[in-house]
Amino acid sequence: MASLALWVVLAPLLAALVTGLAGIHLGRRLTHALTIICVLASCILAFLMLLQVLAGARLDAPVYTWMVSGGIPFQIGFLVDPLSALLALVVTFVSLAVHVYSIGYMADDPGDVRFFGYISLFTFAMLLLVLANNFLQLFIGWEGVGLVSYLLIGFWFEKPTATAAALKAFLVNRIGDLGFILGIAMVFRYAGSLSYATFFARVPDLAGMTVALGFGWHVQVLTLMGLLLFVGAMGKSAQIPLHVWLPDSMEGPTPISALIHAATMVTAGVYLVARLSPLYIHAPEALSVILVIGSLTAFFMGILGIVATDIKRVIAYSTLSQLGYMMAGLGATAFAAGIFHLVTHAFFKALLFLGAGSVILAMHHEQDMRKMGGLRKYLPVTYATFLVGALALVAFPGFSGYFSKDALIDAVGQSPVPGAAFAHVLLLLSVFVTALYTFRMLFMVFHGPERMDAHTREHLHERPWVVTLPLVLLALPALAVGWILFHPLLGGSFFGTALATPAGINPLASFAHLSAWRFFLDAWDAPSFYLMLAGLAVAAYGYLWRPEWPGRLVARIRPLYGLLVQGYYFDAVYLHLGAAGSVLLGRRLWKWGDEQAIDGVGVNGTASRIGWLGTLVRKLQTGFLYQYAFTMVAALVVLVFWALVRY
Amino acid sequence: MIPLDDYLILGAILFALAVMGLFINRKNLVVLLMCVELILLAVNINFVAFSRYLMNREGQVFVFFVLTVAAAESAIGLALLVVVFRHRQSINVQDLDQLKG
Repeated sequence: MASLALWVVLAPLLAALVTGLAGIHLGRRLTHALTIICVLASCILAFLMLLQVLAGARLDAPVYTWMVSGGIPFQIGFLVDPLSALLALVVTFVSLAVHVYSIGYMADDPGDVRFFGYISLFTFAMLLLVLANNFLQLFIGWEGVGLVSYLLIGFWFEKPTATAAALKAFLVNRIGDLGFILGIAMVFRYAGSLSYATFFARVPDLAGMTVALGFGWHVQVLTLMGLLLFVGAMGKSAQIPLHVWLPDSMEGPTPISALIHAATMVTAGVYLVARLSPLYIHAPEALSVILVIGSLTAFFMGILGIVATDIKRVIAYSTLSQLGYMMAGLGATAFAAGIFHLVTHAFFKALLFLGAGSVILAMHHEQDMRKMGGLRKYLPVTYATFLVGALALVAFPGFSGYFSKDALIDAVGQSPVPGAAFAHVLLLLSVFVTALYTFRMLFMVFHGPERMDAHTREHLHERPWVVTLPLVLLALPALAVGWILFHPLLGGSFFGTALATPAGINPLASFAHLSAWRFFLDAWDAPSFYLMLAGLAVAAYGYLWRPEWPGRLVARIRPLYGLLVQGYYFDAVYLHLGAAGSVLLGRRLWKWGDEQAIDGVGVNGTASRIGWLGTLVRKLQTGFLYQYAFTMVAALVVLVFWALVRY
Repeated sequence: MIPLDDYLILGAILFALAVMGLFINRKNLVVLLMCVELILLAVNINFVAFSRYLMNREGQVFVFFVLTVAAAESAIGLALLVVVFRHRQSINVQDLDQLKG
C-alpha cells in the first residue's frame, strides 16, 4: 500500500522532471506519450488504491524523514483513507482527461512541451497535498500547486495581462498563505507535532483552552487555529474577499482553467477544511464564519456570472459560486456533502471548461459570447457534452450536480450551526442565479442567431478526437457519479472516521437510509427545483425569445449593472487601498530605508567616513624626519611625565 | 671633586642641544647626523659619570660599545647621504619628503 501511494505520487513527478529537463530534446510526440503514460499509470494506481481502501485497507505511515530538529521529526508520509483515495482518483482522472485534451488544444503552440511539464508537475504537487499525512507535506504540496498555477496563468508570458493575472494570483494567495502558515505554527505550538493523527488526538484536550491576543482579548485556541487555517483555504479556494484572482486566472490556457482553476487546485481549500473536520467540529465560531463566507461567495459571485460576456469568465464565476457552496456545506458540518459536491463539480466543471475550450478553438480564439450563437449544428459533440455539464451545474434532477448540490442545500437547511438559516436562503437564491447564468451562456453560445463573421463561420468544425474524447470521458462521470456515490458518501458508510461527525445534530442524518433513486423522485418537492426552472425560464425569455430585453433591463439599472461589471469594485478597492498602499510603503522603504539609511549611512556611509578619517590621518604623515623625531620625543616626554605622576 | 649632578646636567644640556638641533635644523642633512652623534655622546657622559660614581667598570665598557656603534652608524649615514646627494642634487632636509602620505 505504501509503495502504491508512493508511485501514484511519483509517476507524474517523473514525467514532469523528464519533460522539464529534457523535453526539448525529446520532441512533442515523445513528451505527450511520456506524460500521458505516467498520468495514466498514476490514475490506474489511484483506482487500485481506492479499491484497497474500499476493502478496508488504511495507511498512515512516513516514508522518508526529511530532518529531525529539536527531537521533532519532519517527515514525508502518506495518509490513505477514503477521503484522500477518492480525491486522488478524481485528480488523476481529470488530469488524464486534460492531458489528452491538451494535445489537441496546444497543438500549434510553440511552448507545448513546457506546458506538459507544468501540468505533470501540477498533478504531482496536488497528489502530494491530497495524500499528505502531516501539515508540512500539505504545505509543500499547497505551495507547489500555487507555483504551477502562477506559471500556467502566465503561460503566455508575452501577454501583459497574463503576467499581471499570474502575479495577482500569486500575491492574493500569499495573503491566504500567511494565515495558513500561522495556523500551522499554532498547530505545532499546541500539538507539538505536525502529523494529523497526533494533532487530532490532541484536539479534544485543546477544546476550551484560550489564548491571549493582547489588550485583554482572549480567544479559544481551536477557533483561532480554525480561522487561520481557513484564511489559507480562502486564498486557495477563492472565497470572498480573496476571490479576486480566480476570474483573472482565465488568462491561462483553457485546459489549465479546467484542471487547476476549476476541478482540482481551487478545491484544495475545501479539502483542507474537510480534512481538518475533527478540528472544526470543536470550533463552532469558525464553522459559522466558513458557512457565512461560503454562502456569500456562492450568491454574489454567481450574480457576476450573469453579466460576464467572456465565456471563460462566466464559468470562472460559476466555479467561485460552486466553491462557495462547498464551503457552506463544510461550514454546516455536512462535510461529506461538501466533498461530494467537490467530486461531482470536478467532473462537470472540467467538462464545461474543456467544452468552452473546444468552442474557443473552433472560433479561432474568440471568447466573447456576443460574437457566438447557433453553434450547436457546427459542434454537435461539444454541444451534447456541454449540455450535460450545464445540466449538472444547474442541478437538474438526475445529473450528478443535482445529487450533490441539493443534498448540500438540504443539509445546510438542517444544520444547527449559527447562520445556517441565512446561508440556506442565500444558497437557494443561488440556485436561481446558477440556472440563469448557465442557460444564458448555453443559449448565447449554442442557440439563437449566428453572430460570428463569415470567415469564422466557414472554418467552424469539430476538432479531432483528442479534443472530443476527453469531453465524452468527462461527460460520463458528470452523468453517473451522482447516482453511484450518493448513498455511499452521504450515508456515511464510505468515509467512516475520515470525516468527523458533529457531536450534536448531524445535518446529514436524514440521508443515512436514502437511496439515490428515492432522492431523485423527491426532486419535485424541493423549492430548489422550481428556482432552477425559474432561472431557465428567465434565461430562455431573455436570450431566446426576446433578445432585446436584457439590453433594455441594463439601461434601466445602469448603476447596479456598473457595480456588477466591476465585480463589486473589489479590484478597484484593492488596487487603490491595498496595492497602492503597498507600493507607497515599498517606495518609502526603498528611498528612505534602503537608499538613505542602509546605503547612505550604512554601506556607503561607512566607506566615506573611513575615507574622511584617512584624509585626516594622512596629514600626519608629512615625510619630514624632524617632525617624526619631534613626535617621538614629545611622546616620550608625555609618557615619562605620566609615569612620574602615576608613581 | 666635581659632584655627579654637574656631569648629569652637562649630559642633559648636550642631549637637549642635540634634540633641538634635530628639530630646528631644516637645511643640512650633515648637521642632522652630527646631532645624532651628539645625543650618543651625551649618553656616554652619563655612562662614565655613573661608572665613576658607583665604582663600577661596566659603564665604561658600554661607552666603547656605543662609540663603535656610533662610528658604524655615521659611516652608513654618510654613505647614504652621498647617495641621496647623487640622486637628488641636494641634501636639504626639507626637500626629502618623499614618504609624505
